[in-house]
Amino acid sequence: MTVSPTLSPDPAADRAAPPPGRGFDLLAFARRHRTILFLLLLIAVFGTVNERFLTLRNALNILSEVSIYGIIAVGMTYVILIGGIDVAVGSLLACASIAAAYVVTNLMGGSPASWFVALAISSLVGLVAGYVHGKVVTKLHVPAFIVTLGGMTVWRGATLLLNDGGPISGFDAAYRWWGTGQILFVPVPIVVFALVAAIGHVVLRYTRYGRQVYAVGGNKEAARLSGVNVDFVVTSVYAVIGALAGLSGFLLSARLGSAEAVAGTGYELRVIASVVIGGASLSGGSGNVGGTILGALLIGVLSNGLVIMHVTSYFQQVVIGLIIVAAVAFDHYARTHKA
Amino acid sequence: MTLLDVSKVSKRFPGVLALDQVRLVVGTGEVHALLGENGAGKSTLIKILSAAHAADEGAVTFDGQALDPRDAPLRRQQLGIATIYQEFNLFPELSVAENMYLGREPKRLGLVDWARLRSDARNLLDELGLPLDPNEVVRHLTVAEQQMVEIAKAMTLNARLIIMDEPTAALSSREVDRLHAIIAGLKARGVSVIYVSHRLAEVKAMCDRYTVMRDGRWVASGDVAEVEVADMVRLMVGRSVEFTRRPRCGPAGPVVLKVDGVTPRRPRLSAPGYLKNISLEVRAGEIVGLAGLVGAGRTDLARLIFGADAIASGSIKLDDKPLKLKSPRDAIRAGVMLVPEDRKQQGCFLDHSIRHNLSLPSLGGLSRLGQWVDESAERDLVETYRQKLRIKMADQETAIGKLSGGNQQKVLLGRSMALAPRVLIVDEPTRGIDIGAKAEVHQVLCDLAAQGVAIVVISSELAEVMAVSDRIVVFREGAVVADLEAEAATEEGLMAYMATGARPVSSGMEHRPQ
Repeated sequence: MTVSPTLSPDPAADRAAPPPGRGFDLLAFARRHRTILFLLLLIAVFGTVNERFLTLRNALNILSEVSIYGIIAVGMTYVILIGGIDVAVGSLLACASIAAAYVVTNLMGGSPASWFVALAISSLVGLVAGYVHGKVVTKLHVPAFIVTLGGMTVWRGATLLLNDGGPISGFDAAYRWWGTGQILFVPVPIVVFALVAAIGHVVLRYTRYGRQVYAVGGNKEAARLSGVNVDFVVTSVYAVIGALAGLSGFLLSARLGSAEAVAGTGYELRVIASVVIGGASLSGGSGNVGGTILGALLIGVLSNGLVIMHVTSYFQQVVIGLIIVAAVAFDHYARTHKA
Repeated sequence: MTLLDVSKVSKRFPGVLALDQVRLVVGTGEVHALLGENGAGKSTLIKILSAAHAADEGAVTFDGQALDPRDAPLRRQQLGIATIYQEFNLFPELSVAENMYLGREPKRLGLVDWARLRSDARNLLDELGLPLDPNEVVRHLTVAEQQMVEIAKAMTLNARLIIMDEPTAALSSREVDRLHAIIAGLKARGVSVIYVSHRLAEVKAMCDRYTVMRDGRWVASGDVAEVEVADMVRLMVGRSVEFTRRPRCGPAGPVVLKVDGVTPRRPRLSAPGYLKNISLEVRAGEIVGLAGLVGAGRTDLARLIFGADAIASGSIKLDDKPLKLKSPRDAIRAGVMLVPEDRKQQGCFLDHSIRHNLSLPSLGGLSRLGQWVDESAERDLVETYRQKLRIKMADQETAIGKLSGGNQQKVLLGRSMALAPRVLIVDEPTRGIDIGAKAEVHQVLCDLAAQGVAIVVISSELAEVMAVSDRIVVFREGAVVADLEAEAATEEGLMAYMATGARPVSSGMEHRPQ
């Protein structure tokens, strides 16, 4: 299996590709594009069942929804590529957005620069918190799952402390534009997500840093002996996902018109699920941003379609959980039963 | 009385005949030394006895009964053949007693009878004279004590033959004495022992009979009392020539690498003699071979020079400038490269492409602004080394894990060569690769030396050390015991240094005192 990340084909592409000289192999094709095929299937089913599903308005709605956690999922692709995990992103999102909202509403009410300050503070809080996660992982050798599990509680607690658990609202129009505005008819969060995904893809695919991320996840000791600064790569990846969680928190507060202490609850699952459904291996070293985007879209389409069909949100959780397990089980099957 | 009779056993692996008509006869209550160089086939033979491998041909009789080559390993243990490998098969989190009786715990009403488990374990340990607490968790024990647990475990199954693979490789001399006392106790109970060791002085002191293997064949058997250490050495190394010694690849230049009195900060705990106060010089264009038994400290030294482990005292100089090494990154920047011992664990990114594997440390130079990888330059680089090293591959995007060992090693050599190092250390450059590829790898090292690179080769195969080196430095228990010109070295002489640390009486080798 080669790990040249490309935007569209699945990472399982090469191992499932048909041997040269043989005709079209439907099974291999299905394996290779399984995420996108499943996504199209879902869209077809929901579109047939309910006429409100296949509308431009609903599509933009889904994409806006996906954008909020999709931004974090781009960062999670890096984290999972190095063989790590981050379950603190939901809490961090809330903490960063509350901190930013607190500053702009209490300390600089009415300033026209409030959106910028909020964006900066939110991202910075996330960056610093993520950096701390990374340092604890690399310097104190605590497993990433434990560090971020602790972080999950710490940042949620800090959020509640900051404003006694209440929401903060009262943003100006420039602030709200980041959540509700449009650029050429496209909602702003979607534009931001597209930008983050593009940068995330390019860095991973075309830069030396991206290669080092794959190397660290593929074989940590070999990476070290090849001169890769493993601790730097690991720390930076956690810092970046923290900053992205902060950015996402800012966008969410702008979209909802308030920063909520309970915002982002359960996001860690959605985000990790997006990456895993997108074909990345939890043991590190294989996966790509394109797969993650498909994974995030799949979850978004599924949630939205189930809502439109009046399925309760409780049942949605059951379905999403089952799909995650099925995706990994299928991946394992495809790996061990080559065509 | 004969307990074990191995007759004309052969075993073939893809591409190699690992065992060729081997025989081995072990009597009841006999301690039998199984001798041979690395790769002589001892491990394969052990694995056939323990049923980890099935023999292709030949017969094995144990206690008058023919053994079925298709037996499961557990069946052999039940018959009374126990094997203690260098890597112990113990559960570190369980107690001594639990490890001894694992899967066979005494039960009462379907539940484990803990009281009886402990008392059974205690009784057996006392009987065998093993100073262990049955309740102690195995993780807390020393290597020597864990070995005792393995012996006790074997005896819970009433083992009649215990095979010990290099049992003293990781023991201190006091622990070795204690082990020998334990073996004497086993012998007194009528238990036979197959004792695999490179330490011929121990063999001479401890064993009754010996069998020597070489290149997968039986060479000799006899009474230990009737041979001298020198005879055993001669039997072990007198091989068919596999490598021919070549002339110097290039003229030796000035000293490039100078290691002066280094001691590591964190010595490896299990090693019998960790590195102390090591000095070494390597000249430009010179290939220095480091010979020694496994665990003698050669790899540890390589890791120090490469910045992979930290030094406590001493200095490492490159071109007479002291190196401050905090990580391999520093060493690579300074011009030192290491091709590590364990290709799969430390060298390759098995799932990643050949291109990514080969270029990783060179990416800085291949990138615009230090980050933007120029992929066409990268492909050219990989192509250059594919041709230069004759790497057989479908294309650059193939996963390195799909290549043969020899080709993987060439990719790793290419990775190092692409950085144009001043010093190249290769640890076990040809382990597990076929003869043809070995010769090619040796030629590559020679070409590099001719270009003025200072090269250090670590190998457990004496023939290899002798074939590639200009100078040979012998390590034993963490110290340098000899430093010789390669022309003056003989396999017998090197083996004697490695095994006893002393100069052989009759070899006539030039010895440069340390």
